[in-house]
Amino acid sequence: MSARLTIDQVKPGLALPELAVDVTATTVVLGALASRDWRPMHHDRDFAQQRNGVRDIFLNTPNLAAWFERYLTDWSGPTGRLGRMRFRMRDSIFPGDRMVFRGTVEKVETDETGCAWADVAVAVSVGERVCTECSARIALPAAPGDNPWRRRGADWRP
Amino acid sequence: MSELPAEVAAWIGEKRYEQVGEFDVERGYVFTSCASVENGNPLFWDEATANELTGGWIAPPTMLSVWFRPHYWAPNRTGAAQPLQVHFDLKEKLGLPEAVMTDNTIVFGEPVRPGDRLRTWQVLRSVSEPKRTKLGMGRFWVIDVVYENQRGEWVGTETYTGFGYRRDG
Repeated sequence: MSARLTIDQVKPGLALPELAVDVTATTVVLGALASRDWRPMHHDRDFAQQRNGVRDIFLNTPNLAAWFERYLTDWSGPTGRLGRMRFRMRDSIFPGDRMVFRGTVEKVETDETGCAWADVAVAVSVGERVCTECSARIALPAAPGDNPWRRRGADWRP
Repeated sequence: MSELPAEVAAWIGEKRYEQVGEFDVERGYVFTSCASVENGNPLFWDEATANELTGGWIAPPTMLSVWFRPHYWAPNRTGAAQPLQVHFDLKEKLGLPEAVMTDNTIVFGEPVRPGDRLRTWQVLRSVSEPKRTKLGMGRFWVIDVVYENQRGEWVGTETYTGFGYRRDG
């Protein structure tokens, strides 16, 4: 995990470090159970093949959200506070896939309350196949010593 | 199919399926979630960092919906509302047997903390006119799932856009 990123270190166009993960059956099953998703297509290959018509069990969306959160906060450090995430699911991720997360800062701004925000476009791909895209809005310290987690009520406008 | 049934129209803006989580937010599940994605954020592992930044332990924000998924089995269960019951109600009432989710947005509010017992409800925001897509003829709808803690503080909202449809042919 990086040091505590502040907004002055972030500019539109900045690329986040890539994260590559080799997905195994354990990755899929552990992720499904960690998100309390007991649906069989995330742990039963026969079901996934015969009922869903896919080649294997596949990562579930709530666990993918957790992967995106980890990717973003690896970059921001613990003072990064997620405000908003939007997902577009396009394709599934299976055991044997090498999934790669890539992100780019799209916008940096400070809102009326003084909260500093970075809008980041993230995608997870397998080879040339983009599987899920995520638009994330993450609050970062406006300066060393600032802490977005202290914001409450009207001072938090994600 | 063009006219929205009055019963469905009445759901728009209505708070439905309010429920309280079956269990308290707890750190064991936080560790399991972090382990599943190798999330080493010290907010979830280091008490000094958690105390400094968030005034104590919190749960990863993306775990919001985790706290409402029912146990796989429970004694004397008679059937619980599904996390997106409004979605399934729409499919049934509009006679649209197939559905896909096209978009999912999560907005995060107050941090969720171990010991919290969250409350949730669903609100149908809109239903489109009938539309034809490559999947078939159907309607788009937007559903909010709102979450609060036991102090009535807003902790997040998930917004789902679904497309219910009937296959052509």
